[in-house]
Amino acid sequence: MQDATTLKDYRKQLREALENDFQRQALDKFAVAYRTSRANAFADIDAPELIAEIAAAKDASIDHLEELFEEFKRHAEAAGTKVHLAATAHEANEIIARIAKENDVKTIVKSKSMTAEETHLNHLLEAEGFEVTETDLGEWIIQLRHEGPSHMVMPAIHLSRYQVADLFSEVTHKQQDVDIQKLVKVARRELRPKFCQADMGISGANFCIAATGSIGLITNEGNARLTTTLPRVHVALAGIDKLVPTLHDALRIIRCLPKNATGQAITSYVTWITGAVPCETAKGGTKVKHVVFVDNGRLAMARDPEFKQVLRCIRCGACANVCPIYRVVGGHKYGHVYIGAIGLVATYFFHGREKAKNLVQNCLNCGACKAVCAAGIDLPTLIKEVHARIQDEEGHPLYSTAVGQVLKNRKLFHTMLKSARLLQKPVTGGTPYLRHLPMFLFKDQDFRALPAVADEAFRDKWERIKPRVADAKLKVALFSGCVQDFVYPEQMEAAVAVIASKQGVSMEYPMGQSCCGLPLQMMGEKQAGRELAAHNMNAIDAQDFDYIVTLCASCASYLKHGYKRLFADDPAMAYKAAQFAHRVIDFSSFVRDVLGITDESFTGPSKKVTYHAPCHLCRGLGVTEAPRALLGEAGLEYVPATEEDVCCGFGGTFSVKFPELSKELLGKKLANLKATGASAMATDCPGCIMQIRGGFEAEKTPFEVRHVAEYLAERLKRK
Amino acid sequence: MTTPNLVEKLTAKAGLVSATVRAVASMDEAMAYVADVCVGKEVCQILASGCDAPLSGTAEALCETKQEKIICAPEMPEEAMAALSAQCAERGVKLITSGMRSHLGGIDIGLTMAAAGIAETGTVVIRSTNEEVRLASMIAEIHIAVLPASAIVADSYALEPVMVDWMSRPDFTAFVTGPSRTADIERVLALGVHGPLELHILILEDK
Ligand code: SF4
Ligand code: SF4
Repeated sequence: MQDATTLKDYRKQLREALENDFQRQALDKFAVAYRTSRANAFADIDAPELIAEIAAAKDASIDHLEELFEEFKRHAEAAGTKVHLAATAHEANEIIARIAKENDVKTIVKSKSMTAEETHLNHLLEAEGFEVTETDLGEWIIQLRHEGPSHMVMPAIHLSRYQVADLFSEVTHKQQDVDIQKLVKVARRELRPKFCQADMGISGANFCIAATGSIGLITNEGNARLTTTLPRVHVALAGIDKLVPTLHDALRIIRCLPKNATGQAITSYVTWITGAVPCETAKGGTKVKHVVFVDNGRLAMARDPEFKQVLRCIRCGACANVCPIYRVVGGHKYGHVYIGAIGLVATYFFHGREKAKNLVQNCLNCGACKAVCAAGIDLPTLIKEVHARIQDEEGHPLYSTAVGQVLKNRKLFHTMLKSARLLQKPVTGGTPYLRHLPMFLFKDQDFRALPAVADEAFRDKWERIKPRVADAKLKVALFSGCVQDFVYPEQMEAAVAVIASKQGVSMEYPMGQSCCGLPLQMMGEKQAGRELAAHNMNAIDAQDFDYIVTLCASCASYLKHGYKRLFADDPAMAYKAAQFAHRVIDFSSFVRDVLGITDESFTGPSKKVTYHAPCHLCRGLGVTEAPRALLGEAGLEYVPATEEDVCCGFGGTFSVKFPELSKELLGKKLANLKATGASAMATDCPGCIMQIRGGFEAEKTPFEVRHVAEYLAERLKRK
Repeated sequence: MTTPNLVEKLTAKAGLVSATVRAVASMDEAMAYVADVCVGKEVCQILASGCDAPLSGTAEALCETKQEKIICAPEMPEEAMAALSAQCAERGVKLITSGMRSHLGGIDIGLTMAAAGIAETGTVVIRSTNEEVRLASMIAEIHIAVLPASAIVADSYALEPVMVDWMSRPDFTAFVTGPSRTADIERVLALGVHGPLELHILILEDK
């Protein structure tokens, strides 16, 4: 449960989390195992199609939650269930406490419910004098330790068997063996009497089926079946977003949820309960049954066009499983109650700005979460959107506003970059890196060498190097992005040489172009970002070109997907953005798929080259084959690296804000690259190059890190 | 109606989640199997951690309630019950059909009739609106479900119409796929957390 009040505090907590070796290893092992088990689980199923179906069905329900509630209530009440709707978390807790009192309840058993965590139900019930026992093994463990879950599906994943054995020894007042099988049996037997004695069982609900008034519960342990069977009162607590129209909707989600959560085809138990069922110990032999729905801001969210997709979430936890940051810091520092990418978004809505404001900045925008989300939620964009909203509400930090002002003024920005070139002279020591940085400015940044600004920007070279093409069949605009323009112009030059090797392609470099605007999005400066996007679309008149080619994966994915989103509420601009986006293409795809360059164009000795897949290329644009294939065409031996598509830790401004995390992720990346046995790496993004090359440089490992374009250019056959 | 394919698939998928699957030619054979399993098992398997495992006072007290071998078969068809009572009488096993609430410390075998099987996931569908069925299939150390081969369907969607009908009145239905399991401690798989340690599926061939 992240609760830092300032970013500085939060960073301190993160550093502590990084030192938790057990957790680090456990999450590393899990991250690797999860990939395989998820892939196996979906082997016979078209996962993207299933996810799209779930998203569409959820969207349809979200528009009708109130009607679905009425329908559910009608059917459930006909079958003997009392149905409630609580406006707030507190109200939901009070309703449940009242039901307990009315039924003379003393002891309560609970099966796992994230919604009950959201409303802090146990606090209230305990304060009112009820004895509450969590019965899911992981939940019981963390309840005994007085902590929150560190994962939505595996709440105690941060703990070792030793910690659990100590805890169980304390609870049973007997020394317990450090043997997981035995510890599980200890829990079985300690919890069984709790089930037998409990007057009331509280469960969550994975689905509430409007057409029949039924609830569906999925568990592996079977504790939900006992919780809903043994006590004479059963209360199910559910967010109103758990309403689905029909059984079919629930079955569809079950096809996906366990596979996406843990790679299981299905959980051991799926329990379907309709109405009040027989219960021997209840008065009249029939269970007292209640379903409490909680709104807690959900209905308002359902009307918010941007955020309604949050309600699609089926709480599978996958967005944490694949998140590189979750993997190194664990769930207690990567969420408040809800954990992982969805936690970064949901915290703002359910637990407020204060709890969300630091958390929400801790995202690389790597898109790994979005790529696995069971409900197809665009999590990274929503995370940035929450950040922007918080800044709009709280006031933008000075530096952020200042960067916004500079970036949207191209001339000012470029003048500053050029003067940086002069100012950096004393710190480069004649190398392409900034060597002697004033440390107060760049505290914690020394884990990678930062590159110097190039002597001459690409834009200043352009007129000299521009190929003159007489009768062009294909007209291309080059978009450089700031890094390749001012830091790595050689990558642009390489691209120009490769493209020019094909006949009939004319290239333009529209001088008015500026930063793509992604850094502003990362910083929550939405308004400045819109102005910048409009500026670029004016500078490059899309109608004049067949393609807009960029070598920067981040620029490419932002130009292609981000611009349309920025102007979603402005039809004229949205049209323009669509025209623009339509023509944007990344360098590797352009060269391979459009120009069709093959091995005939290349010559030279082979060598081993490994690859780093930039987040914004492989997930942002879905381009995976072109660059690897091109390396082969160019006669290089491509050697795959482990976790090639895991983020290098750059994340633009992320690496400046959270250097300790950036460093960890970079460390993993470098280790995986070195393990290939190659000593050269290609990629498609100057940001990744800056990070990875700088990392090797800082640890003094000789390793060539270059853009795919450079590998191709140096191997072009001379004409 | 059933193709051998569905039986095969269910058998394979259930096997993947540690269920034991056997084909039986008749209800008599099924009941003999149940009695065999019961006689062959230890008196109390939750004590797999060792009867001397240290427990708190209350948990230990509950263990006292389990002294003899018990099978609970709450809603089995008559032909099955006739065969099973004969087997149990002969082999000294107590057979009950109700009163599960006085055996919450544990019974040896809970025997149920599955309403359906789902091949795709190796699942048995247990209608357990009757509380005794719910408890027998959860409290037992071994849950044995008899599944008529003809009741196996390809996937859960195929059960939709019949389930919707069940759900038109108070109902408690469970999809059961393998024994109770957890991976909550260090992601290490452990079977038998709250429910059965074993699940046996007896696929009853069609006559
Ligand atoms: S975009 Fe990447 S860093 Fe951000 S939450 Fe998703 S997985 Fe984590
Ligand atoms: S946001 Fe998506 S991936 Fe994350 S828990 Fe929800 S459904 Fe699963």
